[in-house]
Amino acid sequence: MKKWNIVAMAAVLAAAGLTFHAYAADKLKVGFIYTGPIGDLGWSYQHDIGRKAMEKALGDKVESTYLENVPEGPDAERSIEQLARTGHKLIFTTSFGFMEPTLKVAAKYPNVFFEHATGFKRAKNVSTYAARFYEGRYIQGQIAAKVSKTGIIGYIVSFPIPEVISNINATMLGAQSINPNMKVKIIWVNSWFDPGKEADAAKTLIDQGADILTQHTDSPAATQIAEQRGVHSFGESSDMIKFGPKAQLTADTDYWGGYYTKRAKDVLDGKWASEDTWGGLDSGMVVMAPYTNMPDDVKKMAMDTEAAIKSGKLHPFKCPITDQDGKTVECKGGDHLDPGQILSMNWYVKGIDDKIPGK
Amino acid sequence: MLESLTQIFSLIFSVSFILTVITASTPLLLAASGELVVERSGVLNLGIEGMMIMGAACGFAGAYLSDSTLVGALCGIVAGAALSTVFAFLTLGLAVNQVAAGLALTILGVGLSGLIGAGFVGQQIVQAPRLYLPVLTDLPVVGRILFGEDAFVYFSIALIIGIWLFLYRTRAGLVLRAVGDNHISAHALGYPVLRIRTLAVLFGGACAGLAGAFLSLSYTPFFIPGMTAGRGWIALALVVFASWRPGRLVAGAYLFGAVSILGLALQPLQLGVPQQLMNSLPYLATVVVLVLISRTRGTAGSAAPASLGVVFVPDR
Repeated sequence: MKKWNIVAMAAVLAAAGLTFHAYAADKLKVGFIYTGPIGDLGWSYQHDIGRKAMEKALGDKVESTYLENVPEGPDAERSIEQLARTGHKLIFTTSFGFMEPTLKVAAKYPNVFFEHATGFKRAKNVSTYAARFYEGRYIQGQIAAKVSKTGIIGYIVSFPIPEVISNINATMLGAQSINPNMKVKIIWVNSWFDPGKEADAAKTLIDQGADILTQHTDSPAATQIAEQRGVHSFGESSDMIKFGPKAQLTADTDYWGGYYTKRAKDVLDGKWASEDTWGGLDSGMVVMAPYTNMPDDVKKMAMDTEAAIKSGKLHPFKCPITDQDGKTVECKGGDHLDPGQILSMNWYVKGIDDKIPGK
Repeated sequence: MLESLTQIFSLIFSVSFILTVITASTPLLLAASGELVVERSGVLNLGIEGMMIMGAACGFAGAYLSDSTLVGALCGIVAGAALSTVFAFLTLGLAVNQVAAGLALTILGVGLSGLIGAGFVGQQIVQAPRLYLPVLTDLPVVGRILFGEDAFVYFSIALIIGIWLFLYRTRAGLVLRAVGDNHISAHALGYPVLRIRTLAVLFGGACAGLAGAFLSLSYTPFFIPGMTAGRGWIALALVVFASWRPGRLVAGAYLFGAVSILGLALQPLQLGVPQQLMNSLPYLATVVVLVLISRTRGTAGSAAPASLGVVFVPDR
């Protein structure tokens, strides 16, 4: 698998390299690195929608290039460097696993601005940005607790990184706020994208009693299985209602267009600075898909919670929070956990019967 | 401990577990069946992944445009076979290194399928219909397992039985095996080595294409680039695991499928079985089989076809 990925990358880069020089030099060249195919209808797809929105908003002041299917880890360095070397002044690396490669390339190209999604390490020319997906997850947890008959949420996950863990926790905190006895069953599929495996995991979770499926993987397979088996599901990253017209309750979708436009504009205006952006429902980076397939009172509750989170009245990680072992978690952000705690989360809240892999 | 074992047993023998395993094993069995014939003729085609994803893309496109699973499956077969002609031309016509050509085929297939499938991403089709026989399908437990699958599953079983009959009960099968074991002798006896190998490669491509079509028509009825997610490589390992024998191939396919589903299903039970270990089991098993094969080579005759991967140029 790995081997041909490298070869494929080399081929893609060679082809891409040829086209770069054809463009005029005065435009701002913006590069994007995606970990999945833009046709994944999930994570990478949403980033590409953001890229197109930026191009549309800024017109002929910018031009953009993307590389898709770039494997996470050390191999990514080559792809990022290729963009830097070919005159891209602003480069977005859109997956957690690109963190170290981005920093390495950034050190070599001090005049290029880098933006790494979902990470926590910055440098003079490296910003980080992420969306507070956990806000949407909290709402989903509440909906799940209201709609579920078995009281079990089935959760399909990729890798035990902080974002994934904090999303599981937020879902459960939301669910417990409605029904303290809600349970979650978790399956790690060790991949962001393997439709067959995601479908297998979805079937297994339903077999084990889950009647609400949610996921932190990229394909619509789980929603499709939920539709077939007559249970409910939440879409992930993008609205997956087409795959589950009767199953999908809502989806925690990402919208990056506004951010990409703003950052490209900052570079054009000479105002770009290294910073950390963490946008939530209030900034429009996280958008809830329409609330469907639920009773009106549940829909109203979901909308009220969404409004409360937007206005800052409600924080999904409001204290006190008890961890899996029954210890009270230190509250660094006043009456809620502080961003650092959420971004480095490697523990489960009380009521989750699972062990974080490798911990 | 005892309680854990009881839990595992009741899981393994549940109808839903077996159904999920059948779905997970079928694409592996289909793709590996074709590759078994290819390798038995002495050709190593590493391009299964590429032919499979082409089958998934074209199969989905065919089914979407025609509203027919059968048309989709045929499109998948044709797409896989068409891509394999490129491989046949390179390795048999031009005597190019088979490993390099196979890897190139995978890269080509992955790229081309993305291009062909781009317009179909996000589209919906009706899932491949399942067999329903009154009374039989309604039987408790075995009914749904034996009489409620879709045509791909039954075909995969029929296919491997057919391959077994062909290889061991027909003269043509004997010739194919002879070509794979010693192409120089076969050539000296007047058998058309390259023509036989070309047909085998086309057959392998068709099977891989059908396996891909199963993914996009039945397993998860949608098309997304890269949706084979490495199953072609597992099929390749499976042929080695089966030591090039059809019977063992069926056992291996279902074992690989069962272990992968078990790796998922055990997690929510929290029994302390590391899932990473479960995920690596099929490959560990393949390594063990390879070791066993190398120990028995020359005596048991179950080893790889002797001319596997060796380039053949007539009259050299």
